[in-house]
Amino acid sequence: MEPKIRFQNVSYFYGDRPALRDVTLDIPPNAITVVFGPAGGGKTTLLRLINRLNDEVEGTRMTGRVLLDGQDVYAPGVDVPRLRRRVGMVFALPLPLPGTVRENVLYGPKLAGIRDRARLEEILERSLRLAALWDEVKDRLDDPASRLSGGQQQRLCIARSLALEPEVLLLDEPTSGLDPISTGKVEEALQQLKHQYTIVIVPHSVQQAARVADYAAFFLMGELVECQPGRDLFTTPRDRRTEDYITGRFG
Amino acid sequence: MGKPEFLSRPSHPRWGEFVIESTIRVLAFSSIGFVILIFFFLVREGIPIFWEISPENLFGTRWYPTFGLFGTLPLILGSLLVTVTAILIALPLGVATAVFVREVAPNWAREILKPMIEILAGIPSVVLGFFGMTVVAPLVREVLGAPTGLTAFTGALILAYMALPTIISVAEDALDAVPKSYRDAGLAMGATQWQTIWRVVVPAARSGIVTAVMLGLGRAIGETMAVMMVTGNAARMPLTLDSLFRPVRTMTATIAAEMGEVAQGSVHYHALFGIGIILFVITFIINAMAAVTIFKKPRRGGLR
Repeated sequence: MEPKIRFQNVSYFYGDRPALRDVTLDIPPNAITVVFGPAGGGKTTLLRLINRLNDEVEGTRMTGRVLLDGQDVYAPGVDVPRLRRRVGMVFALPLPLPGTVRENVLYGPKLAGIRDRARLEEILERSLRLAALWDEVKDRLDDPASRLSGGQQQRLCIARSLALEPEVLLLDEPTSGLDPISTGKVEEALQQLKHQYTIVIVPHSVQQAARVADYAAFFLMGELVECQPGRDLFTTPRDRRTEDYITGRFG
Repeated sequence: MGKPEFLSRPSHPRWGEFVIESTIRVLAFSSIGFVILIFFFLVREGIPIFWEISPENLFGTRWYPTFGLFGTLPLILGSLLVTVTAILIALPLGVATAVFVREVAPNWAREILKPMIEILAGIPSVVLGFFGMTVVAPLVREVLGAPTGLTAFTGALILAYMALPTIISVAEDALDAVPKSYRDAGLAMGATQWQTIWRVVVPAARSGIVTAVMLGLGRAIGETMAVMMVTGNAARMPLTLDSLFRPVRTMTATIAAEMGEVAQGSVHYHALFGIGIILFVITFIINAMAAVTIFKKPRRGGLR
């Protein structure tokens, strides 16, 4: 199977400080790939390189290539806003934008220039259903998004990304601020979503990594230690450092 | 086994706390007290006018104190005309500048621009008034072909210029307070930099921007010196369309110009303080409206 995203010898520096060291990694389509490891391992940076969100950060340097469907996303002439519509991103803190539930979900489509009322309604319902939130908010679509619970807000953020009909969904510790029940709902939603989307997630714990991973990549100090199908990596890690980490001996 | 040590320890450090707390309390209450005293004084000196002359006279259209005519309407309208025009000029300029300084300008440019804007705020209004008289007024006269350059519009230009530093600084702080994650969220949805600024960052900073404009407005409506120097000071009703480009007289300018030569305790004296009361009421209404617009809106989404 052709990988959806490929990192080819990617190194990345904030000033002189390396965040990623010569990372080569293939991310398969229609699966959940978990990127995990101790803090400062370059996980978030890895995610932000895929949708070029780190373009805004000053004083950084990158070598190597990041390919999406075989095309270099850093090639000259790439339409960055379009790339970001193909690669949705959900952040660690639930971050509803100012406005109602409806406005939040339709932010992206409206920015992309969709005006047709019926089409927007369709996107609204579809995105909220995919994020497993529709039943809970269908009667409060015009309430301020800030009134939703934390777990609902995070699923709203997922719905907001899905509204752009992306191909890839990047999630950076999407459940770090949520209680176990809300976390369960978000993970459930992800299991449904992986049939249509390529999902890359930075989990907030090793347990979560083990629960959701189809594939798992372990990062340590900017270095990719190993990448295997999830059930292999968490039962029979190849590298000693991975084993130490997942059994809780350090980190 | 005695009591735990922390329960029996003598509480001498509390003395210091008590002194500090009391001092702060006295200072806080005294500043509130001063405001109340000023208000009391203003009312005591001004309130007689409301029964010394008829309401038709007081809210009439002619202000000729020497003939016993104290119509404040042209002064109120003059103030509103100048202030509203000033805000219409300063609001887009101020917000656009704040957005530029905070969101667009590179770091080195921001480091130069910010202190320069703050220096602008420190220019005394009389200097701006002089600048208005000698530079802006002749320009307005020539461009418009008007008989005089001392017009409501000239006053509005100067006032807008005075309100700008306040609006820019406060709006810029408001934009700065928007978490970086909002920008990331906007960009991650495929918004361009401009779309992110106008549709995500500026709305998120809305309440701060409203505050900025209200502070600017507060400075503008109470401003006296510069306005007195450049508006021409004719107490005429600004009712026709071209009033903006004719001389007007504001409430503040009237008080400042006439207070020096009025007999204390006379009707005229009371009338000037009466204008002060009206000005106070208008300012109060503006502030109340600002408070309502800020607090009525549903809470901002996201991080608190």
